[in-house]
Amino acid sequence: MRFLLDTEQRAFATSLDAMLTSADTPSAIRSWSAGDHTRGFDLWGRIAGAGVFALAIPEAYEGLGPRPVELAVAFVELGRHAVPGPLVETVTAAALLTEPGPAKRYLPALASGETVATLATAGGYALDGDAASALFTLTDGELRLAPGHGPVRASLDPARRLTLPATGGELLRAEAHFGEALTWARLATAAQALGVGLALLDRTVAYVKQRLQFGVLIGSFQAVKHQLADAKIALEFARPLLFGAALTLDPADVAAAKVAACEAAYTTARTALQLHGAIGYTAEYDLSLWLTKARALRTAWGGPAECRETVLSGGGRRW
Amino acid sequence: MDLAFTQDEDAFRAEARAWLADHVPKVALPSLETGSGFAAHRAWEAELAAERWSVVNWPVEYGGRGVGLISWLVFEEEYWAAGAPGRVGQNGISLLAPTLFDHGTAEQRARVLPSMATGEVVWAQAWSEPEAGSDLASLRSKAVRTDGGWLLSGQKTWSSRAAFADRAFGLFRSDPDTPKPHQGLTYLMFDLRAPGVRVRPIGRLDGKPAFAELFLDEVFVPDEDVIGEPGAGWRIAMSTAGNERGLMLRSPGRFLAGAHRLGELWQTQGAPEPVRDRVADAVIGARAYRLFTYAHASRFLDGESLGAESSLNKVFWSEYDIALHETALDLLGEQGELTETDWAEGYVFSLAGPIYAGTNEIQRDIIAERLLGLPKGRR
Repeated sequence: MRFLLDTEQRAFATSLDAMLTSADTPSAIRSWSAGDHTRGFDLWGRIAGAGVFALAIPEAYEGLGPRPVELAVAFVELGRHAVPGPLVETVTAAALLTEPGPAKRYLPALASGETVATLATAGGYALDGDAASALFTLTDGELRLAPGHGPVRASLDPARRLTLPATGGELLRAEAHFGEALTWARLATAAQALGVGLALLDRTVAYVKQRLQFGVLIGSFQAVKHQLADAKIALEFARPLLFGAALTLDPADVAAAKVAACEAAYTTARTALQLHGAIGYTAEYDLSLWLTKARALRTAWGGPAECRETVLSGGGRRW
Repeated sequence: MDLAFTQDEDAFRAEARAWLADHVPKVALPSLETGSGFAAHRAWEAELAAERWSVVNWPVEYGGRGVGLISWLVFEEEYWAAGAPGRVGQNGISLLAPTLFDHGTAEQRARVLPSMATGEVVWAQAWSEPEAGSDLASLRSKAVRTDGGWLLSGQKTWSSRAAFADRAFGLFRSDPDTPKPHQGLTYLMFDLRAPGVRVRPIGRLDGKPAFAELFLDEVFVPDEDVIGEPGAGWRIAMSTAGNERGLMLRSPGRFLAGAHRLGELWQTQGAPEPVRDRVADAVIGARAYRLFTYAHASRFLDGESLGAESSLNKVFWSEYDIALHETALDLLGEQGELTETDWAEGYVFSLAGPIYAGTNEIQRDIIAERLLGLPKGRR
C-alpha cells in the first residue's frame, strides 16, 4: 500500500504545469473560442510532445500506455490551465480504436499529435468538430469515421465548440462498447475538472489576499475563509477518488470520481465568482475561462444523476 | 501508486474477520450511554483485549499486537463491517494514549495503558469549561502546587463518558501569571472517584447521560500523573492532534459499514430520485474518506507530518456522518422518527460531530489560515 503519486509522476505534473504556464494559455483559449485554432494546435503539439496522448495508446502503436494514472495526472494539469480542444475525446477515441487496421492508421498520429480526434456518442455533439482532423461516432456499438459535421453551436464555455456529426461514414469497429468509452471519457473529464477546480481555488485565494475593503484584506473575513475552506475540502476529497478510479478502472469508481470532481469544481467556481465579485462576472477577466468550463464539464460525458446511478449500479455496495 | 495490501495484511484481515464472526454479540448491546450499556460495553472491551484485538496497533507489552497503521485501518474495516459494538474506551485510546506514547514516561505507559486496553479503566476527557469552549486556552480550572503533587479546583464540562468512567485527563492552569493564555497550562490525569470530585451527568439531546459536568475542589493529583513538563500542557495536547490522532479519531471502516447498511436499506425500501442521489453520495463519500485516509497514511509512513490537514478530515467525516444518518431516517419515512430504529442512536451521536474535537468553524479557520495562507482576522 502506497497510495501516493511517485516521484516520477509528480515530476511529470510539475513539468507539464511549467510548460503550460509559459505557453500563455488564456490568449490561446480566447483565439480558439473565436474559431482560430492556430495557437491551440501549437499547444496541442507541445502536449503531444510531452507524451500525454501516448499515455492512452499501446506501445505497439507508438504509444506509452495505457497508463491511466499518468493520464489522470496529465489531465489535472490540462484542466488547471483550461487547455482548449477535444482532449478527452482524443484519448477516448484512442481507447476505442482497437481493430488492427484503424489502430495502425490512427493511433500513431494521435500519439504524436498530428491527428486531433473528436468523438460523439449516440446522436450527441462532438466537441470541436471544426478543429478535429478525425471525427468519430459511436452509435449502437458501431464506431465510424463521420463524413463531416454541422455548424458550430456555442457552449456556455466559449472554448467548447459543439458540432453535430453527419451520419454514416466508414465503419471502423463493430461491437464497440459504450461503457469502455465512458470509462476513459469520465476518468479524463474528472481529472480535467479537478484541475479546473484547483486553479479556481488558487486564483481566488490569491485574489482575497490582495483585495482590500473596509481597510483590511477580504481574506481575513470568516465568511470568505469558510467558503474557501469548503472548496478546499471538496477538492481534496475528490483527488483520491480520481486516482483510486485510475487504478481500478471500475465503472462505478470512475463515475464516483466524475461526480465528486465535477461537483467540487463547480462548487469552487461558484465560490470563486462570489468572492471575486463583479470583476469575476466579466468575460474579459481570465477567471471566466475556468468558471465556464466548470459548468460545462459537469454535464459532459454523463451528468451528476447519471453518474450517481452508475455508482449505485452495484446495489450501492461498492466503495 | 497502488492500493495493494501485503500478504501479512491480508492474513491479518482474514484472522480478524474470523474472530469477529465468532465473537461479535448477535444481539446489539444496550446503548453505551446508559449504566447497563456502559457495563456491557466494558465487558466487550475485556473480550476484545483477551485476544489482543482492542488496541491492535499498540506494542505487545501494553496489550496490542504491534501492527502498523495500514493493518489498524484493515482491522477497523473488518470491525465495523462485522457490526461490532461501539468502543467505550475510545476517548482514552484515541486521545490520551497517543499523548502518552509521545510525551509520557515509561512508568506512566506501563501503569496506564494495560488497564486502558482491557477496559478495566475507562477514561473521560476534561477539556471544556463553562467559559472555555472553542477558545479552550482561556480555561480557568487550576492546578495549585502542593506536597508531592497538585490540587485541582474548578469546573469542567461536556466531559464525554464521564458519567460512568473511572478516570479523566485534561488541561489545568498551573501558572496564573503568564503573558499568553496558552502558557502556564499543565496536562494531568485524575481519578473521577477521588475526594473533592463531583460528577453531574448531563443528558444529551435524547436524554442519555453521554457527558457530564465535573466539579473539582482541591482534588489531589500526585506528580506521577502529570504528563510532560508542568506548564507545557498546551503544546503537548496539540502536538498529537495533527498526527496519527487526526487519522485515528474516526476510521473509514465505520463509514464504509454505514454506507453499506444504507445501501441495504435503500434496496429494501426503494426511494425517489433525490433520496437515491443521497444514497449514492453516501457511497461516494465513504470511498473518498477511505482513499483519503490511505493516501494520508501513506504520507505518514513516509515520515511526513500531517498537521493542519487533519482539519480537512474532521470537517469531512463529521458532516458525512450526519448526512448518512439523515438519509437513512428519510428512507425510513414515518418509521424514521422512532427511537427504536437501527439509525436513531447513531443519528443523535452524529449531531455532536461538528461540535466536539474542535468545532467545524475552528477547523475551517485552520484550513483557511494554515493550508490556504489567508490572513488571521477576528473570529
